[in-house]
Amino acid sequence: MGTAPERIIVTVLGKDRVGIIAGVASVLAEHNVNILDISQTILQEFLAMIMIADISRCSVDLNTLKERLAAKGRELGVRIDAQHEDVFLYMHRI
Amino acid sequence: MLTIQEILETIKMIQEENLDIRTITLGISLRDCADPDPQRCCRKIYDKITRLAARLVQVGEEIEQEYGIPIVNKRIAVTPIALVAEGSEVEDYLLFAQTLEKAAQAVGVDFIGGFSALVHKGFTRGDRLLIESIPEALARTERVCASVNVATTRTGINMDAVAIMGHIVKETAALTADRQGIGAARLVVFANAPEDNPFMAGAFHGIGEPECAVNVGISGPGVVKRAIENMPPDADLGELAEKIKKMAFKITRMGELVGREAARRLGVSFGVVDISLAPTPAVGDSVAEILEAMGIERCGAPGTTAALALLNDAVKKGGAMASSYVGGLSGAFIPVSEDAGMVRAAAEGALSLEKLEAMTSVCSVGLDMIVIPGDTPAATIAAIIADEMAIGMVNNKTTGVRIIPAPGKKPGDWVEFGGLLGRAPVIPVSRFSPAAFIARGGRIPAPIQSLGN
Repeated sequence: MGTAPERIIVTVLGKDRVGIIAGVASVLAEHNVNILDISQTILQEFLAMIMIADISRCSVDLNTLKERLAAKGRELGVRIDAQHEDVFLYMHRI
Repeated sequence: MLTIQEILETIKMIQEENLDIRTITLGISLRDCADPDPQRCCRKIYDKITRLAARLVQVGEEIEQEYGIPIVNKRIAVTPIALVAEGSEVEDYLLFAQTLEKAAQAVGVDFIGGFSALVHKGFTRGDRLLIESIPEALARTERVCASVNVATTRTGINMDAVAIMGHIVKETAALTADRQGIGAARLVVFANAPEDNPFMAGAFHGIGEPECAVNVGISGPGVVKRAIENMPPDADLGELAEKIKKMAFKITRMGELVGREAARRLGVSFGVVDISLAPTPAVGDSVAEILEAMGIERCGAPGTTAALALLNDAVKKGGAMASSYVGGLSGAFIPVSEDAGMVRAAAEGALSLEKLEAMTSVCSVGLDMIVIPGDTPAATIAAIIADEMAIGMVNNKTTGVRIIPAPGKKPGDWVEFGGLLGRAPVIPVSRFSPAAFIARGGRIPAPIQSLGN
């Protein structure tokens, strides 16, 4: 993998509880993924958290990273997805 | 920087509202496969398809994973086989269909389109042989899709071809009677068939197309429906149109992204995004339900055609700006069995064949996935085709007919096709006969294009 920034968007949706950010951040750190931005909002009792991360130095491919995040999500009882940033940029920016 | 609301909107569209890419279709020219020896021709066809499409499914799955957007189908469209096969010294074209089937199977695609002929002005020997072999070809394959273009705005309607297609549709259904006539679900009769349509069963790779190109078909009725439901109940129709345009823009951008990426990874040119609202049998993923959300009690009620006209136009306006190249069918699809809302409307008697025909004059595609009684005469089927061709010819648009005369079934019976083809009630057809009109044959001349009232 090259070093040009390659950004993904990690979304976490589910019931809020202690340790969600720590859990997601630890998976990303383990694979050498740099978190660029975090924002979150609470909709009723549900948490929606979004992280923008740079995977250009990631130690595994995106699919493996997605699987690890999804597994962490199951452990935490939330849904975690990771998608290439272009999906959102294409849809919302001209 | 993207806002959290924008990101959540996209996620919601994919996870809750069935936003997906309906199909990545690889168009492949087979013109260089013609050969006097039919076996050698088939070998060239097989080799070329399996070489160019070898990575199609894999690339589709990679993109699906990386971008997190489902790509439902990966398919192949080829040069109309009549053009390729007629150079071969053989009468029966079944072997060409079987070759397409084998190639499709080898690369793992569920449908391959292009068992086709273009006969809007007349037949060549190859056209006739191809059309005659359609019933057998569809009965003995599972993935091959056939289409015949019998009319264009510039040439008129070849009524000889229309009459023959009435018989061919009926025979195709009869040969697949053990599967409720499903063969006819893979056969489309067209007016003004597009050369770059990615959607089955009518996809083929037209003669003006490059060697190989990726065309993408988008979907997303659920997204549009939800957007309309979330508007205030007193929002006027101009506001609805505005909203639909915005949603269509967003949906089409996904198609543009996926199409460009697929073309890049496959090393072929990017053709078009087909900006169609394609329903699936899943609840909520329905064009009929969009019209109902707009305020029509049941799809098919008075007002349906106007509502559909608004929807279709707004989708095109929003989509056209979102993609650099728009083509294919591009409009709202109204396949009855594939749309849960259409099925409900047909079952309740709100939606008739005649109303469906009226609807096709303002949206894309035509009479699609409609199940009619198995004892409908071939001349009546031909006349239904002729009416639909006339709508396409006069309005300068694509129309198609994909109807299934389900063997042994009567109005009110149900037919289950399963999967994306769905299920549908058999709807009644007029008992009055057009046989004498169809028997005349000949061509209906091309319509005048000025004096446009």
